[in-house]
Amino acid sequence: MRLTQGTFSFLPDLTDAQIRAQITYCLGKGWAVSVEYTDDPHPRNTYWEMYGNPMFDLKDAAGVMAEVDACRKTFPNHYVKVNAFDSTHGWEALRLSFIVNRPKVEPGFELRREEGAGRRQRYTTRSYATDRPEGQRYP
Amino acid sequence: MNDAPAIDLEALAREAGLPGLLADLDASLVGLAPVKTRIREIAALLVVDRARRTLGLTSAAPSLHMCFTGNPGTGKTTVALRMAEILNRLGYCRKGHLVAVTRDDLVGQFIGHTAPKTKEVLKRAMGGVLFIDEAYYLYRPENERDYGMEAIEILLQVMENQRDDLVVILAGYKDRMDTFFKANPGLSSRIAHHIDFPDYSSGELLRIAELMLSGLQYCLSPAAREALVEYIDRRREQPHFANARSIRNALDRARLRQANRLFAAGGAVSPEALMTLESEDLRASRVFSPSGDAR
Repeated sequence: MRLTQGTFSFLPDLTDAQIRAQITYCLGKGWAVSVEYTDDPHPRNTYWEMYGNPMFDLKDAAGVMAEVDACRKTFPNHYVKVNAFDSTHGWEALRLSFIVNRPKVEPGFELRREEGAGRRQRYTTRSYATDRPEGQRYP
Repeated sequence: MNDAPAIDLEALAREAGLPGLLADLDASLVGLAPVKTRIREIAALLVVDRARRTLGLTSAAPSLHMCFTGNPGTGKTTVALRMAEILNRLGYCRKGHLVAVTRDDLVGQFIGHTAPKTKEVLKRAMGGVLFIDEAYYLYRPENERDYGMEAIEILLQVMENQRDDLVVILAGYKDRMDTFFKANPGLSSRIAHHIDFPDYSSGELLRIAELMLSGLQYCLSPAAREALVEYIDRRREQPHFANARSIRNALDRARLRQANRLFAAGGAVSPEALMTLESEDLRASRVFSPSGDAR
């Protein structure tokens, strides 16, 4: 099952030229771009691992692209996303975040039902990938 | 191929805004013939490449890394600052900004600190020009545990692999750069343009002085101009002569003396008086005293 988190996630995977164009847009707005990766695709897992520090004062997308490529090379079978943080007063938040790399096979999520007191149903989701320990989830 | 129409190179050059750029360069930089020649060559290559592309011939981006060597005050830093803008207008640099760094910005304090530091600077310089002033400080042969070598290695890698993204300009004094390149032959061979900045002649220094003054909206009285010509000739003979930098310092001191003179005279001043440097402002310099040596 294809993971749909972040901007553009219902579109086909972005090509490198499209990623570069998005980053150029972010840098033009003065946002700080960073690269993050994870192998736990649960939607509540909002804090992914940082790949290097966020990049400030960049003018051109080439620097970020080099970092994205390095991250994809190091973690070819992980999720990798690009974040753009807007530090202007009043925003101080992520403005754009999109996935640029995903594992070859995405096993998807299980919907688990649990019967509580008074036959009340509780629902929870769990990624099949997280059966295995961290680092071995996407063989 | 032979029946393809001929291409008007001049029209292409006009389209790229080259005549204006080159005229601008001639007007704002005095002397520096080798530099201007090289910029002209790079500009010509751009036009020829465009013409080749319209005919379907291949055109690879040239290697534009440069090394500026020359005596103090010959305009190395000034030209590097202009180079980012020039390359941008020629279409070789996407953003045309300049990141000026020295050893401190590239080399770290402890093991493992250098690589991230250098990479961050390189990322910031992508799409523009990375200017490394006093580049010979990067390599210190007397200290074998120096981290400068690590910075040079990362630099080399990026200069080789990402030459479309980044232009590196090294600058430094001639003799020290020669020793530096002797210790790092790989760096020397990856730099396509070694440009040596010649010393200025006295006439060129006078024109530089006039250019600086007009930029600051000052002018010289005829007597002051004579004094300046004499000043330049005398100053050349003295130690620590730093070409245009010496002239700039002399003009700064003359402005101080002019301000002091006007202030001491008191009363109302005319706009002309505020703008004009008199010969006494220059002749008060220590260069004109028999035993004086000015810095």
